[in-house]
Amino acid sequence: MITDMMNEVKTKKHSRGASFARSLLDAWSWLFLILILGFFEIYAQTQTGSTFLFRIHNLQSISIAASQILLLGLGLTLVIVAAQIDLSIAFSTGLAAVVMALIIRAAGVDAGWMIVGLAILAGLGAAAAVGLVNGWLVAYLNVPSFIGTLGTYGIARGAALIVAGGATVSIRNDHTRALGNGDILGIPIPLVVAGVLALGCHYLLKHTRFGVHTYALGANRAAVERAGVDVKKLLIKLFVLSAITAGIGGLIYTSRFSAGAANAGEPILLYAVAAVFIGGASLTGGQGTISGTVIGAFIIAVIQFGLVYSGLPPYWQFVAVGLVIIIAVLVDQSKERIVGDRS
Amino acid sequence: MTPLLKIDGLKKTFGGNEAVRDVSFEVNPGECVVLAGDNGAGKSTVIKMVSGVYQPTDGKVYKNGTLLTGKSPEAVRSAGIETIYQDLALADNLDPGLNLYLGREVTRRVFGIPFLDRKKMREDAVEVMRNLGIVVPDPAAPVRDMSGGQRQAIAIARAIHWQAEIVIMDEPTAALGVPEQREVMALIERLKSKGVGIILISHNLPDIFAAADRIIVLARGMVAGERRPTETNDEEIVRMMMGATL
Repeated sequence: MITDMMNEVKTKKHSRGASFARSLLDAWSWLFLILILGFFEIYAQTQTGSTFLFRIHNLQSISIAASQILLLGLGLTLVIVAAQIDLSIAFSTGLAAVVMALIIRAAGVDAGWMIVGLAILAGLGAAAAVGLVNGWLVAYLNVPSFIGTLGTYGIARGAALIVAGGATVSIRNDHTRALGNGDILGIPIPLVVAGVLALGCHYLLKHTRFGVHTYALGANRAAVERAGVDVKKLLIKLFVLSAITAGIGGLIYTSRFSAGAANAGEPILLYAVAAVFIGGASLTGGQGTISGTVIGAFIIAVIQFGLVYSGLPPYWQFVAVGLVIIIAVLVDQSKERIVGDRS
Repeated sequence: MTPLLKIDGLKKTFGGNEAVRDVSFEVNPGECVVLAGDNGAGKSTVIKMVSGVYQPTDGKVYKNGTLLTGKSPEAVRSAGIETIYQDLALADNLDPGLNLYLGREVTRRVFGIPFLDRKKMREDAVEVMRNLGIVVPDPAAPVRDMSGGQRQAIAIARAIHWQAEIVIMDEPTAALGVPEQREVMALIERLKSKGVGIILISHNLPDIFAAADRIIVLARGMVAGERRPTETNDEEIVRMMMGATL
């Protein structure tokens, strides 16, 4: 009798058509990236008779723009998966950039690798401090992360401008310039750094207990607490990780431009947030992947570079990226609709 | 014979308010004791004193003769008493294996680097669920794709997997449809057959009669009466729940 009852366990079945539509929607960001690459290629071929895609310089420019977005977006992905947000990364970037530049400038033109290394560590330390404050506010004082990190956004911005004396801190240092503008086997160093960090964040999110707890925290905080996980420590780790990846973005900025600017990260913040959501994350938490954020960053970078390349007024990039964000949300919603209600 | 769980003269006051005045009962292995009562009768307060969430103002809880009172919720859980809450405490976006192991995930090393062993956790989840008579349709799918009854089964499977001897269920069928309510009732039978003692909170009469070996009726923080389901009927239980004086 009991067995009979158990056999009629109800499962939600999806029709074959729906599951095909679903996998199409899952892959939409890849398809979209291919689509816009194809669009710019055809545009370049017909308008100028040259190639867009198969030119090393174009690919390098796109990938450097994407890696800037990625460095702010990688740690942010984990924070958003945990149903939090980190706005302060804009100025964790700036603070790290300024601190690194100040130390190298103080050491003079002949500053060696030791000083550069020290400056890098100090920059990372400054960014990590912002992350610690964020984590403490959210985990221990129960400040909603949107508000808490909006506060530290302002504090880190002010701190970066104050230590920089309100100006861009320009430096002359060959080691630093080599770091920011060199390449490894033809791949620009900023892209190599972003790639290694992306792999590291992917490993953390997908293959570690830390990553599982992050997903679970985004879905049901009570479940994670009841399972005996120290949620406060988990939140602090997440915000420090986010600040550090953004801080590395600041170090790369200083190295590329031989100058540290307090507002190095500000214009990228919203693109980073957009890349995470285009990549499939949700504001309510519990979903999102690093590979999604990588695609999201490349979509934005291709739009940015492609519009400039094709000679259209660059302001169209804001309109285009805005449209892509809205498409991303609509795609996400229609996925839910196809799968059916999950009450 | 020492009972599996002995609850002796529990009392709890909040401010001047006596939520629980005097509650005593026992649970034996393989027995389902139903705590019945109207809202405010003190059912949840009693349960929270057993699971360590509240400390009683007076009275004691023993498991196999060992005093439990004064222990933290974690210590009570590791003593083999699991509470399954209404919200199930599942992470909807994770698969059954990760939910089974949440907080105690298994890793294996590849070139010295730890990776989650998703395969082992999934296989274990399928195995534990099969022992409960539930077929997991897709072990890699998140649990939000499963039915309410299956989800309840995962919560119960977690209790079983970590060697619970006593499972406390607070209104486990409250949010479920009729077929799923039957699944949960069948799960309770299976737990009993494994020798697990169950405390079930309910105010749903059909559930009470279907699951109970003994019914303890609470009213106004006191035990209004104790009956075997075969010795009583709906009418008497309702009368006791309303406060016996009616």
